[in-house]
Amino acid sequence: MKYQLVSGLETHVELATKTKIFCGCTTAFGGEPNTHCCPVCTGQPGALPILNKKVVEYAIRAGLATHCTINTTTHLDRKNYCYPDLPKAYQISQFDKPLCEHGYVELESGKRIGITRIHIEEDAGKLVHESGYTLIDYNRGGVPLIEIVSEPDISSPEEAKEYVEKLQLIMRYIGVSDCKMQEGSMRCDVNISVMPEGSKEFGTRTEIKNMNSISYIDKAMRYEYERQCEVLNDGGKIVQATLRYDEKTGETSVMRTKEDAQDYRYFPEPDILTVVIPESKVEEIKSQLPELPLEKLNRYIDELKINPATARLLYKYKKVCDFVEKVISLGASVKNAVNLTTGVLYSKLPTEEDKENFALPVTAEETAKLIKLADEGKINITLAQQTLSKMAEEGNPVSAYIKEEDLAGVDDSELEEICKQAIENNPAAAADFKGGKEKAIFALYGFVKKATQGKADIKKADAILKKLILG
Amino acid sequence: MKSTILHLSKMLQSGEITSVQLTEQYISAIEKENPAINAYVNYTFDQARANAIEADKLIKEGRATALTGIPFTLKDNIATDGMLTTCCSKILQGFKPYYDATVWSKLKAQGAVLLGKTNMDEFAMGSTSETSVYGAPLNPIDKTRVTGGSSGGVAAAVCANLAAYGLGSDTGGSIRQPASFCGIVGFKPSYGAVSRYGLIAYGSSLDQIGPMTRSVTDAAIIFDAIKGEDKKDGTSVATPSGETKLIGDVKGLKIGVVEELTDGVNPEILQAVNGVIEAYQKAGAQVVKLSVPALKLALPVYYIIACAEASSNLGRYDGIRYGYRASNYSGLDDMVTKTRSEGFGKEVKKRIMLGTYVLSSGYFDAYYKKACVLRGEVEKQIKECFEKCDFIFAPTVPQTAFPLGYSGGNATETYLSDVCTVPVNIAGLPAISIPCGKDKNGLPIGLQIIGRKYDDERVLNAAYFAEKYGVCEDIQFDGGVKL
Repeated sequence: MKYQLVSGLETHVELATKTKIFCGCTTAFGGEPNTHCCPVCTGQPGALPILNKKVVEYAIRAGLATHCTINTTTHLDRKNYCYPDLPKAYQISQFDKPLCEHGYVELESGKRIGITRIHIEEDAGKLVHESGYTLIDYNRGGVPLIEIVSEPDISSPEEAKEYVEKLQLIMRYIGVSDCKMQEGSMRCDVNISVMPEGSKEFGTRTEIKNMNSISYIDKAMRYEYERQCEVLNDGGKIVQATLRYDEKTGETSVMRTKEDAQDYRYFPEPDILTVVIPESKVEEIKSQLPELPLEKLNRYIDELKINPATARLLYKYKKVCDFVEKVISLGASVKNAVNLTTGVLYSKLPTEEDKENFALPVTAEETAKLIKLADEGKINITLAQQTLSKMAEEGNPVSAYIKEEDLAGVDDSELEEICKQAIENNPAAAADFKGGKEKAIFALYGFVKKATQGKADIKKADAILKKLILG
Repeated sequence: MKSTILHLSKMLQSGEITSVQLTEQYISAIEKENPAINAYVNYTFDQARANAIEADKLIKEGRATALTGIPFTLKDNIATDGMLTTCCSKILQGFKPYYDATVWSKLKAQGAVLLGKTNMDEFAMGSTSETSVYGAPLNPIDKTRVTGGSSGGVAAAVCANLAAYGLGSDTGGSIRQPASFCGIVGFKPSYGAVSRYGLIAYGSSLDQIGPMTRSVTDAAIIFDAIKGEDKKDGTSVATPSGETKLIGDVKGLKIGVVEELTDGVNPEILQAVNGVIEAYQKAGAQVVKLSVPALKLALPVYYIIACAEASSNLGRYDGIRYGYRASNYSGLDDMVTKTRSEGFGKEVKKRIMLGTYVLSSGYFDAYYKKACVLRGEVEKQIKECFEKCDFIFAPTVPQTAFPLGYSGGNATETYLSDVCTVPVNIAGLPAISIPCGKDKNGLPIGLQIIGRKYDDERVLNAAYFAEKYGVCEDIQFDGGVKL
């Protein structure tokens, strides 16, 4: 029998606030163990949590960007469980009244993956296992998280991948998280079940915990899908369980089954009063939301007429988009701004992270100046590329490479003179071109470029050359 | 002769005595008398002497407040940086916090002198202070009797003049009930009026720190010194700043007498309470008889909510980070289990189990959720009651101090004795207990004045009338210093 995969994701996203959710400690990643701590985030007796307003704002931003309804009256709850990385023996989270509900993330196909809820909570510390003993580092304890729970709307590993990427992109766009899966600032629990194709009744699900890379999510889902299909085809039953994924073997194994599921004894956190958010605050946050990734992609394609493949190269990196848009707003042509960015600048930014960070010393202002010279035909595109490359490495302004007098030098009469010289010096090429070999004209371009140190507008030179040769 | 803050303050400021001298007198009194009543469980005399020197400087420089240089005590569940804070529990054996409770910071800044930490029921769970790991404090008025609890050590210390005043905490009556049993004044402010930062939690939505003093005037002085919104406590609220103005005019006030708080109360106690009410009437107050049926639910509501919160609050004592750790164990689970089994006393274990049970899935709706709904009903009915009166006058406790050891065999009766104090915590109200007479055994009786939420100043004023006009002969308001 053929089975349909049904999946929903629970995604934990670490918020990029400067301080922790209930105290003033820094959220900086790493640091000497237990140095980003205080009585509050180590759960000392008598210490009390104070809710960081920025956390609520960031979570609302995340909710609005995923089309959620915001519960303007909400509260926090205690999730009680005993584990050494949780110093109060309860995690402050949200249970029955999450901050955001009923949203969605749209895939490029137009399919919407429903968002059941987004709630705020605190992260736990980290256990470091040594031989014979275990150490605890509470630096991460109290770092703010949002948990984004999706509906079981995902029906393939490809959709899961796109959903996670889209979420990542949205969160980065709105500046609430860097979503670095390798540093744990984004992690996913994947719920999977299968049902006979065409069926409407979901099968029993399993949950793969703590996935920290998109490729593992993909592999784990494929493995678990196959496993479940096999069990059912062999006449077996799926046991509801929490699984772990072994990255080395590529297999899932059982962590615990439903029977030993924990009873978290949720109840409202008495140390934090009911959170009441004025509607005006929600409106304010909404009005400050930037253009979202999919909106931007569509605008690039539809309005800026950037070809879809190139638009996709750009929209994934918010900082790159900000740069390109600024260059364009300063008067540079869309085509040159986009092509020089994805051509020249991307070659300096080999990794995803490099592109995300976009930390080149070149400014949008200088880039716009340079591109305008090319747009106006004062320099050719090759020189523009070479210059931008140097600017991106050295951080100098355009004027360090191209002088005003150089530009003035190549006026039309001078260009015509140089073209004549080109033909005189390359009679064979000129003759070949006249005889129908179109490519022969490149030798003449080369002469012009060399003679003008790349400043000549090749389009113009082309017209002059053709006029001179063909008469 | 006993001494109030007001009196001592005058002596200090006039130069009749220095804080250092006064502190030494208290220290020698404690050394001599504490072993017999077990009020203090930890002395902080080095701290006291250092505080006294600072205080004398402040007085000299003319920067003293009413409490500068005056020796006092803190209940053992209030965090003091570098000083033992154990909640009188084995599980916090040796625990020295590295932070101060906000109340202690505030008092320290004004030159208060901390003599030591006082005895209490383990984690404030009890009405007699007998669940303390250090053994019970004894009632200075009758050493065969309990002090009440859970702030029994503070009550005993203040009663025996081993401290000019103290700070206790009140979750279901733990300031007012021992104040009543020991014949002193105990004020439980509105929930949120005083920061809880540094108060080791029992029932977080009910706990409140407050002064235990020898006069109403003193209670107002200390309340003013510790009240106010605190950035470290999100449940704290801004109270009217500035000094509480004590006038003591009761003309036109409506006193509510609620039948659910007087029914079945020992006649001797009722008589004492009614005597005071009559005095207020004579001064122009009116009496309104009222019924608040939901108060009958207050006790079960209290025990469910307090225990539920406690079961969560006490989860952190696992022997990993601080306090007691079992010595023989194999593995993490065994260590935590043994640490908690050995570290907590019987009453605490009972309440943790009860609280865990009422929060468990399958029982949550029937117990915890229902208790929250009923808590809302109690609050609502009390609010309605306060539309008909300004204050509720009631006994603080339906009886006087139990004999030592009595409550162990009479747990339910002991729980029931909280009936008059518990509703106040459920609704987050301010209430004060003042002495209003003695029973035939010479044991103090307490009158409780309950006010509307955030009417703290009015409650103090209503009580001040009794002090000002000597309505209750036991309230001292300007004794001489004991030399």
